Amino acid sequence: MNLAVRVFASYADIIGSDRTTVTVPEPATVGGVRAAVAALYPALPAHPIIAVNETYATDDVAIMEGDEVAVIPPVAGG
Amino acid sequence: MSRVAIATDAIDVGAIVDEVRGSGHGAIATFLGSVRDHSDGRAVAGLEYSAYMEMAVREMNDILHEALALAPGADIVAVHRIGKLNVGDVCVMIAVSHGHRAPAFDACRYMIEEIKKRVPIWKRERYADGSTEWVNACATSAHAAPHTAGERA
Repeated sequence: MNLAVRVFASYADIIGSDRTTVTVPEPATVGGVRAAVAALYPALPAHPIIAVNETYATDDVAIMEGDEVAVIPPVAGG
Repeated sequence: MSRVAIATDAIDVGAIVDEVRGSGHGAIATFLGSVRDHSDGRAVAGLEYSAYMEMAVREMNDILHEALALAPGADIVAVHRIGKLNVGDVCVMIAVSHGHRAPAFDACRYMIEEIKKRVPIWKRERYADGSTEWVNACATSAHAAPHTAGERA
């Protein structure tokens, strides 16, 4: 499955864009996204945090067509 | 009434205190975060915050509901500012009113600690020498480990 992924902050600077597309083996999972992002962008940390539909997601979470997937750098609010 | 917000304009501290002040609530706890002029020994000229806006609001709302469970009956307002800020500007404010001070302090502390841990907001420091750097960008993912729905419950 080809999947659009949103990218933020320092990670967007590293890849030079705030969105990318990755190809994930089906059935698509967060673990698959994590691996695909790491393979495409070796400059990013190997195990980035992933959010699906605005919620932090663990590797086993399934991804459906139309889900919003994002790569989340370590947060630094406050 | 309780609410959370991500703001692009200056935070009006007095207005937010007034918002949670009620005749039945004798205790009001507040927390203000403000931009400091140094970081790890470097002179800071300002900060720029950015957010994954939709998720940041959703996550702040989750935290709000957890804090209300800690302090039933409280009124809580939490606002985080994004965009370019100068030294001394208020970047985050929590105000909690309750009938008693202990739950007000507890909920206020809970809100700021969880916001710092979980809300997808990032800051880039702008130094006096003109250079910029993302704060916390080199932390491992374990440092800001995601909370699964189960852990949050």
